Amino acid sequence: MTEVNFSLNGKETKVDVEPVRRLAHVLRDDLGFTGTKIGCDAGDCGACTVRLDGRQVCSCLVPIAQANGAAVDTVEGLSENGALNDLQEAFHLYGAAQCGICTPGMLMAASDLLDRNSNPSEDDVYDALGGVLCRCTGYRKIVDAILNLGDTAAANIIEPEIGEAVGARAAKLDGEQKVNGTEIYGADEAPPDALWLHAVRSPYWRATFSLGDFEPIKEKYPGLVDILTAEDVPGLNGFGIYPDVKDQPVLAEGFVRYRGEAVVALVGDADTIAAIRDDELPISWQEQEAVQGFGPPVADDAPQLHDDRPGNILANGTTLKGDIEKGFADSAAIFEESFATGFVEHGYIEPEAGWAQRVGDRIEITVTTQSPYMDRDEVAIIMGLAPEDVRIIPTACGGGFGGKLDQTVQPLVAIAAWKLNRPVRCTFNRLESMAASTKRHPSRITARYGCSNDGKLQSYEFNGDFNTGAYVSWGLTVKDRVPIHATGPYFVPNVRAESQAFFSNETPAGAFRGFGVPQAAIAHDSLMDMMAEKTGIDPLEFRHINAIRKGQETATGQKLESAGLDQCLEALRGDWKTWRAEAENHNATNTKRRRGVGVGCMWYGCGNTSIANPSTMHIGLTGEGIVTLYSGAQDIGQGTNTTMMQAAADGLGIALNQLNLVCGDTDFTADAGKSSASRQAYVSGNAVKLAGEDLRGQILRLANVSENASIEFGTGKLVVQEGDTSREIDLSTLPTTENGEVLRGEGYFDPPTEPLDENGQGKPYGTYGFAAQIADVEVDIELGTVKVVRIAAAHDVGQSLNPQQVEGQIHGGVAQGLGLALMEEYIPGRTENLHDYLMPTFGDIPDIKTYIIEDPEPTGPWGAKGIGEPALCATAPAIFGGIHHATGVRVTHAPCTPDKLRAAILSKDA
Amino acid sequence: MTLYLQPKSVDEAVQALSENNLFVLAGGTDYYPARVGKPLDDNILDITGITGLRGISERDDHFHIGALTRWTDIIETALPNYFNGLKLAAREVGGVQIQNAGTIAGNICNASPAADGIPPLLSLNTDIVLASTRGEHSMPLAKFIMGNRKTRCASDEIVTGFRIPKPDHPATSTFLKLGARKYLVISIVMVAAVVEIDNGNVGAIRIAVGSCSATAKRLHMLERALVGQPIAAGIGDLVSESHLNQLAPIDDVRGSAEYRRDAALTLVRRAVEELVADK
Repeated sequence: MTEVNFSLNGKETKVDVEPVRRLAHVLRDDLGFTGTKIGCDAGDCGACTVRLDGRQVCSCLVPIAQANGAAVDTVEGLSENGALNDLQEAFHLYGAAQCGICTPGMLMAASDLLDRNSNPSEDDVYDALGGVLCRCTGYRKIVDAILNLGDTAAANIIEPEIGEAVGARAAKLDGEQKVNGTEIYGADEAPPDALWLHAVRSPYWRATFSLGDFEPIKEKYPGLVDILTAEDVPGLNGFGIYPDVKDQPVLAEGFVRYRGEAVVALVGDADTIAAIRDDELPISWQEQEAVQGFGPPVADDAPQLHDDRPGNILANGTTLKGDIEKGFADSAAIFEESFATGFVEHGYIEPEAGWAQRVGDRIEITVTTQSPYMDRDEVAIIMGLAPEDVRIIPTACGGGFGGKLDQTVQPLVAIAAWKLNRPVRCTFNRLESMAASTKRHPSRITARYGCSNDGKLQSYEFNGDFNTGAYVSWGLTVKDRVPIHATGPYFVPNVRAESQAFFSNETPAGAFRGFGVPQAAIAHDSLMDMMAEKTGIDPLEFRHINAIRKGQETATGQKLESAGLDQCLEALRGDWKTWRAEAENHNATNTKRRRGVGVGCMWYGCGNTSIANPSTMHIGLTGEGIVTLYSGAQDIGQGTNTTMMQAAADGLGIALNQLNLVCGDTDFTADAGKSSASRQAYVSGNAVKLAGEDLRGQILRLANVSENASIEFGTGKLVVQEGDTSREIDLSTLPTTENGEVLRGEGYFDPPTEPLDENGQGKPYGTYGFAAQIADVEVDIELGTVKVVRIAAAHDVGQSLNPQQVEGQIHGGVAQGLGLALMEEYIPGRTENLHDYLMPTFGDIPDIKTYIIEDPEPTGPWGAKGIGEPALCATAPAIFGGIHHATGVRVTHAPCTPDKLRAAILSKDA
Repeated sequence: MTLYLQPKSVDEAVQALSENNLFVLAGGTDYYPARVGKPLDDNILDITGITGLRGISERDDHFHIGALTRWTDIIETALPNYFNGLKLAAREVGGVQIQNAGTIAGNICNASPAADGIPPLLSLNTDIVLASTRGEHSMPLAKFIMGNRKTRCASDEIVTGFRIPKPDHPATSTFLKLGARKYLVISIVMVAAVVEIDNGNVGAIRIAVGSCSATAKRLHMLERALVGQPIAAGIGDLVSESHLNQLAPIDDVRGSAEYRRDAALTLVRRAVEELVADK
């Protein structure tokens, strides 16, 4: 131990710690300055950026000894007298923070820049902040915030009047804590006496194992309190997102199906857990032949992963409409192509983290999550407890994108805390997060599209195989969702779309923004381009001809009541023509760097597929006049803590700033379902609206006035006004319920869906979001590199609940779509860190022009539909179209990395 | 009990190294990433407290870069055009956070085939200076780096700096890096090139390619072919595939060997074109 003295945000600070300890860990764990976040401990993400003697550094790479005598500045030091400084204010007002986990690092890098350069250019911002990764925002609003520093008016933020909250560009209601470092995420807080848990994971893709005597290691490490094994699981040692599929063990039972699977869990004090190497554990392994990739797992003699899944097949999905052979016979242009995509990592900057404590005969888990109620029910089964005896308290979620739906730390800390009757915490490191958590399904797709001479689609045949890895996770959802969406957002009279999901000894593939739809979109929209070229119709107009319209039936026979794709394409038509002409002009004199503009379209069913996925919301009113929304809709950065409040405010008729929020705690909020499948705006938005209207109705009945009356919410009283009549309700005279309220409104909404028949016919979703995007790219012909120059994105969201949040979703979706298109491929065992796995950085994401189209959905709240997933799905097809326009190469394999594109350019020219 | 020593002088440092088996740590930007989720239980010699090892100075016949010079120092120090390539490379080392902490000696001693600092230093004919209780000595950088993460740094030695001879003629340099994203990217191929201009002709030219072999390589055959050529656009056309024969690229997640060879040819051509542009 060494004494280290340094100035922390101007205050002399002394610590007595191991000199090699990372500054980031000293700040967070020893000093409680948790505003500094840790995303990777390897200098790859920049989340832990602080200033050391004024210079931005990754505090995960600084030995605390080097801070001796230095000045360390963290996000906690930015605020001035408790108020946001100009930079923080700009981040807040310009929507630069979504989930907020990268925000402290961004702010510290930006403050370093601004101290050296008070008037930075856009490139200066890129260079200065290029070392910090953001997975939510697509960086654009961060750039806006910095370039518009001090100009708060240009952010166009408004504080909406009563009744005008929906659709208002209101600042995030939880925005301030995201820019001042006080927001609490999964790894930020736990009781001081909490033990730490670390899961020891399989180093093999497939192996049997046996556990030896633990006594020697326990003797060697007195701080090692316990080693949990499968035998310590009190209930069912299995989890999985479907009620009838619990195939993934919390701790493996003598057999592992992928590298990264949890085998035993060490529990002890922090130093001990950090000191023990995995290979010190007495585990004897017998490696077996693993089956991986496409082909080997479904070969006749392939080793089986699960006894009840013959042939390693999980399931098949089908959508059948009309007669495809007749359709192809009627077609003048027919194209068939095969496509491939790989695993993709969610790349949330906040690793999985949480802690649990036993409270009597209940277990309480504080955790970063997208789905508090699903966590509750899964943990209950694993613990052998009633669901009511499990309480999930969500922290702020530092990014999810589908990856924080499945169980990770939750069951582990619950089992340990229960057994040891002590609080237990766990934070995954980046390597284990990447090795253990789910990924996007790799796909192999073969598809055939046919159209008539006048460009009208006639027939579509689609076969898609999806590698779901070692466990089911969301594999069934992907195999269902893909054939439904396979055609793309077009009217097609004849369709046969089939999908298959199979197991392999690889990282489980689960939910990831789009559930298979982004993979399918690459296929359908490439074929659209081919047919457009053949029929001599402009690619955008070809899509406009075929865009499914209101009143038309989808491939599942569902008649649409809101379908704004044609309007999206119309919004883009001007940019499209200009950009295409500019690209062709450029190419007339440039052979080595060629420009191209492509278009991609998508659709996405909002909510879970053909099953009930209701949301229940409450708004309570206390005798003091305090109005609170109890929302189970978890904010994972997309902004539901704000948009649900906007919906509640207008449903009830109250000012947004008079409304309070309790979010996610399963003891206080009802089940709003998962923050996934682009369902919260549509499903929970409805439930909130109904809860507001219910409470308003109760008040109006109390006052005996009509629906036209207005309500003024005062301290301890309500004043209800209708025309000249004014009635005051003294809330203290009303009986108080056990939860301390005098009135409570409830809203419940389940999207109107129907099951699919054996041909996949039915109504799988209540509504669909639509989008078209165009991408202008520059290809370096000699190197095969692609620079996306600009993107325009038009999205039909039915009704925007908050335009800033919608834009944020579009920007972030475009960034992830660009990553999918050009650089992101998770190769199990080889890219388990954030320097080998490449996600877009500042400078990779171009200017993004957004068009918000509002074709209202009759069953949506004020017409609203989802935006989370639609934002991503159209980007890769648009970029690939641009690459084709620039080079003549048809990209069929994502990601289109420089080596692949260069090879394709060479073979085309050969 | 692990050691964590913080010497104030080179003498103290080499004395400690002669007595203990120590891991030499400077900016920490390679040390910590290799230990994610692992114990930090190495015996460490933290040399960042040694005075006099940081900064760039001009001496009689050469420039000296101290071992602890940060990449940011290189970017911010006013230097002749001869160092343009090194400055461009400095901007490509990680993000600004890494440039602020990482040292030039650390980058060299880590000896990654993809180390951004190595090709420009090779193109500058750099000698590396090492010290131990046995005394100080220097050797060409190309000799010092033996292979993938292998150097001739003895266990009792530290690097104290780099000696860069002054060019014989007016000189300029460049650096090109190819990666699959803009920032924080490990290169697929990189090229550093220096030209000395003698009466409108190539007086001397030095070209080094990184990420295409276990260690970055100078292209001596090509350099010989270009000496004496007029400084004029089109010089890149003189570069042929055979000039890159000594490269031995591998397939990895960032690109195939075939692609690396192809891209290296393009980048070398572009680099030499850049050197003669506007001259």
